[in-house]
Amino acid sequence: MSFVTPEIAWAPLAPLIIVLGAAAAGILVESFVRAPERRRVAQLTLALAALLAAFGTAVVQWAMLDGAGTVVLADMVTIDRQALAWQVLILVFGVLGTLLFASRTRAGEEAFTPLGSVAPGSTEETLARRKGFQVTEVFPLALFAVGGMMLFTAVTDLIFLFVALEVFSLPLYILVALARRRRFLSHEGALKYFLLGAFSSAILLFGAAFLYGATGTTAYSGIAAGLTSATGLDPLILAGAVMVIVGLMFKIGAVPFHSWTPDAYQGAPTPVTAFMGAATKAAATAALIRVVYEALYALEWELSLLFWIVAIASMLLGTVVALVQTDLKRMLAYSSIAHAGFILVAFAGFPDGALSALPFYLASYGLATMGAFAVISQVREKAEDGTVLGEATRLGQWAGLGKRSPLLAGAMALFLLSFAGIPLTAGFVGKFVAFAAAISSGAWPLVLIAVIASAAAAFFYVRLIVLMFLTDVPEGQEDAIEIEFSPYARTVVILTAVAVVLLGIVPGPVLSVFENAGVLLLGAAG
Amino acid sequence: MLDLTWLLIAVPLASSAFLLLGGKRLDPWGHWVGVAASGTAFLVGLVALIQMLGLDSHDRAHAVHLFSWIPGGELNLDAGLLVDPLSMTFVMLVTFVGTLIHLYSVAYMEHDPSRRRFFAYLNLFVAAMLLLVLADSYLLLFVGWEGVGLASYLLIGFWNHKPEYATAANKAFVVNRIGDMGLIIAMGLMFTYFGALDFDSVFAAAEGASTAQLTAIGLALLVAACGKSAQFPLQSWLGDAMAGPTPVSALIHAATMVTAGVYLIVRSAPIYEGAPAAQTTVAAIGAFTLILGALIGMAKDDIKKALAASTMSQIGYMVLAAGLGPIGYAFAIFHLVTHGFFKAGMFLGAGSVMHGMNDQVDMRRFGALRTAMVTTWVTFGLGWLAILGVPPFSGFWSKDKIIEAAFVGEGAQPWILGGAALIGAGLTAFYMSRLFFMTFHGKARWTDDQHPHESPALMTVPMIILAVGSAFLGLFLAMGDRFTMWLEPVTGHAEHHEPVLPVAVIMIATLALVALGVWAAWRKYGVADVPELAPAASLATIAARNDMFQDSVNRGVFERPGTHLTRTLVYADAALVDSAVDKTAGGWARTGESVRKTQNGQVRSYALTMLVGLVIVILVVVQGGL
Repeated sequence: MSFVTPEIAWAPLAPLIIVLGAAAAGILVESFVRAPERRRVAQLTLALAALLAAFGTAVVQWAMLDGAGTVVLADMVTIDRQALAWQVLILVFGVLGTLLFASRTRAGEEAFTPLGSVAPGSTEETLARRKGFQVTEVFPLALFAVGGMMLFTAVTDLIFLFVALEVFSLPLYILVALARRRRFLSHEGALKYFLLGAFSSAILLFGAAFLYGATGTTAYSGIAAGLTSATGLDPLILAGAVMVIVGLMFKIGAVPFHSWTPDAYQGAPTPVTAFMGAATKAAATAALIRVVYEALYALEWELSLLFWIVAIASMLLGTVVALVQTDLKRMLAYSSIAHAGFILVAFAGFPDGALSALPFYLASYGLATMGAFAVISQVREKAEDGTVLGEATRLGQWAGLGKRSPLLAGAMALFLLSFAGIPLTAGFVGKFVAFAAAISSGAWPLVLIAVIASAAAAFFYVRLIVLMFLTDVPEGQEDAIEIEFSPYARTVVILTAVAVVLLGIVPGPVLSVFENAGVLLLGAAG
Repeated sequence: MLDLTWLLIAVPLASSAFLLLGGKRLDPWGHWVGVAASGTAFLVGLVALIQMLGLDSHDRAHAVHLFSWIPGGELNLDAGLLVDPLSMTFVMLVTFVGTLIHLYSVAYMEHDPSRRRFFAYLNLFVAAMLLLVLADSYLLLFVGWEGVGLASYLLIGFWNHKPEYATAANKAFVVNRIGDMGLIIAMGLMFTYFGALDFDSVFAAAEGASTAQLTAIGLALLVAACGKSAQFPLQSWLGDAMAGPTPVSALIHAATMVTAGVYLIVRSAPIYEGAPAAQTTVAAIGAFTLILGALIGMAKDDIKKALAASTMSQIGYMVLAAGLGPIGYAFAIFHLVTHGFFKAGMFLGAGSVMHGMNDQVDMRRFGALRTAMVTTWVTFGLGWLAILGVPPFSGFWSKDKIIEAAFVGEGAQPWILGGAALIGAGLTAFYMSRLFFMTFHGKARWTDDQHPHESPALMTVPMIILAVGSAFLGLFLAMGDRFTMWLEPVTGHAEHHEPVLPVAVIMIATLALVALGVWAAWRKYGVADVPELAPAASLATIAARNDMFQDSVNRGVFERPGTHLTRTLVYADAALVDSAVDKTAGGWARTGESVRKTQNGQVRSYALTMLVGLVIVILVVVQGGL
């Protein structure tokens, strides 16, 4: 047996290589640039440059792409329009996330701890803070995560799927643990995320093993061929398929694999929550699309039960529990669980329309998510002596925000309306195309539940709007809230707000781009 | 020019907007813009009319496409105008009488600080009315229909600093909404049955439609017509509408807007052709209202309200004629035109009297005005002769034909309808003579500070022109059946039917009744002294003075039960719907609280949840799949 070197088409991998290369270079910067402030500037510049270069390259790829796409690495990686669309989307989230990572308070305080390796509240931590230490590794870590997610959208092999999953998950575990304030909460969230993530990775691997056992291959095309040629269904195949999908549903945050979401969302530094909330969901959805449409399509009928159960459970639980949340970040975490349900609705019956509807849905959801968390990062508690503390995430603290900062409150209201799917926002169009895809495959009862859940969910979104605009600042609380001003965060808020409105009013151009992306390059069935 | 008929609507509309938006600097001369806009519309209409007269009678219907209005999935509707003899008749009536009334208003409203606004509303009315009659679809007609309703509301309440005037405006608006609902329902039915709202498609589809469908549409349209034309049972607003300035009463509430219902019925002739029951209802409503209005008119002492009752009664004649089918359509419109002239003329005369008598409207304080206001007396007198139907004045030619047509038919119907029309003519003669004699003849019963004088030329000239029309227009149009021939392309050719009584008998009976009515009125109000305060009277008179208790009936039959119904509904809403919603919401919140407890912060229980969930879905899928 001789080893055959696989043919690798390097050019389509360029965006990925740029991002991961820049991440590696970032590690070197970390070692060689000593002064924290200069290091920060260098890392930020490097990260933004790499992401924008990758973005440009990906756009060029899109323009030059011949036919459906290119198989890059045998059966393992495929760059087609679907993958490019998702990669561009993730790069956009990456750019916005990096901007949020770089944002600081007026007092120059970052969202991240000065030194991740010391115990919270220890003298070392105090010393590090006084000396102005900075954890600038967050930028390369984010780049690794972006790179892993980009790869995640293009893999067509279960082994490689797992590799990509870990490449983007591990940096995220670390990032979640790096909050500057409430570090115990941050550590707790990160640990839970890591443990449960490891658990879900194990489930995914287990499922991959089952599928390999049943079909003798880990390539999607091979699995698909194996499924169609198999006589009679092996419980092993079904169990394997379910486990692989469950591993991905964990990343999407669907019930009952959602438990990590509230703790991780709340504990993580808000910029990380923003990036994670938008990009992880997108990457995981992209990977789920590929697994389902390229490998497991033959099991449509059997798997539809899984999607129905999980979608309904996610929508109901996410909505119902969000109703009773008192913390803003947790409320948005449960809202993200409900949105995971809406995403899965589009999978019901595996309609072709989902291939173009889901990128749009995730674009609208991700932009609003990043914008909402960017707003949260700007609303701070203030101590009686005037020092600015952490973020004010209790709902009651947002009362009267419309008077304190019309721009932030108005943008937040816009993002909330988009989450709720009110017309003239991106969220409405997103929900519309996603539900239309589900209806086209006859899953109208599921859509009915989704619409009811959306209506119920509107309650807690609108409640916050009412709180911001129609409620007065409580007596004696006039000085308890400080509106921070970070140019980076403001930029993100304004960009996402404009995007949410534009996608809501003139969704045509973007929809037609995703329409083109709605074709998968199916690997050569072995 | 026929293609430019959109100017008819656009010019007054633009002028209206100009006057409303122009601000106070337009006050000194803005009203002349209004007059010019109405005059321009008249000239455009006149040129179009001349051009239309030059065409063969079959080519006179001219469609003007304006723009694609509602390009919907199942409903595609273009905005367009239909210029045919029927709409052209209205165009001429509205613009000609309208322009005269604009002129008259310049003097009548001279001392009003809001004269510019008044003219803006008048222009708005002209534009909306022309849109109503020129529209080529029910939906576009509805736009005009609502437009005239709005203008009417604004003008009735023009002096809304007086609460009762504002109330009158509201009343007119609310009652008209009921009629509007009829039109909306009719359009809904048309859309359901025929899938179209433009006249061409609807009328084409009506030929193949069932009688039940057409009857439903016809009755809904009748409700609309009753609201706009103050026919029973939606007549109650018209008397109160006299709160508006008198030129408004002349133009909107006598000559034009209130006849829109007649237009609607005649325009919808193809629908009524297939719905005899609806048609009979139309005729019955008309006959009933013409008697009702006449009875009310006999007891009113307020000159404007007496004229309003007369308007109601005369429109009753038109509706009756419209309900008779093709033999009546042309006469309905004919009477509408002549009525437009003589009733507008008499309203302007009443305005002139009020102008000279410090805005007094109580006829018991008039008397012997013929010497003080000669022009008003003569012009009003010509209108009086016309409405009486004395030959050869205008009303004779139109009303007599309606009475004749009402006697055509089989069974009891001609006797009832014809009898009502005949008696109505006698009643009309009585109450109109009463009005005329109480105002211009007998002894002067003026209050001390009243010094009646003739109105300025700006007011008398329009009155004179309208009086000439009242005198001779009927004869001119009736000669050689000119008017019926002109309308024939729209209303269809009417087969000649013999009435149940010889024509000569009907005519003599009518004239005899008219003479009787005039004689009775002369005895009581011309020769005898008229008390300055209304004397105690019989129950019937009291009922007539109170508009046959229409307001009490409305209050008892509709308002009270309506109030109770809404109260009950509000209570039910709070007790059932709200509490159900609240309880559901509370239930969700409680569910949320209990589910929230599963998120207990223990990572091992999270993992357990995942595991259990995984096992369950695997079992379900494997069970379901095998």
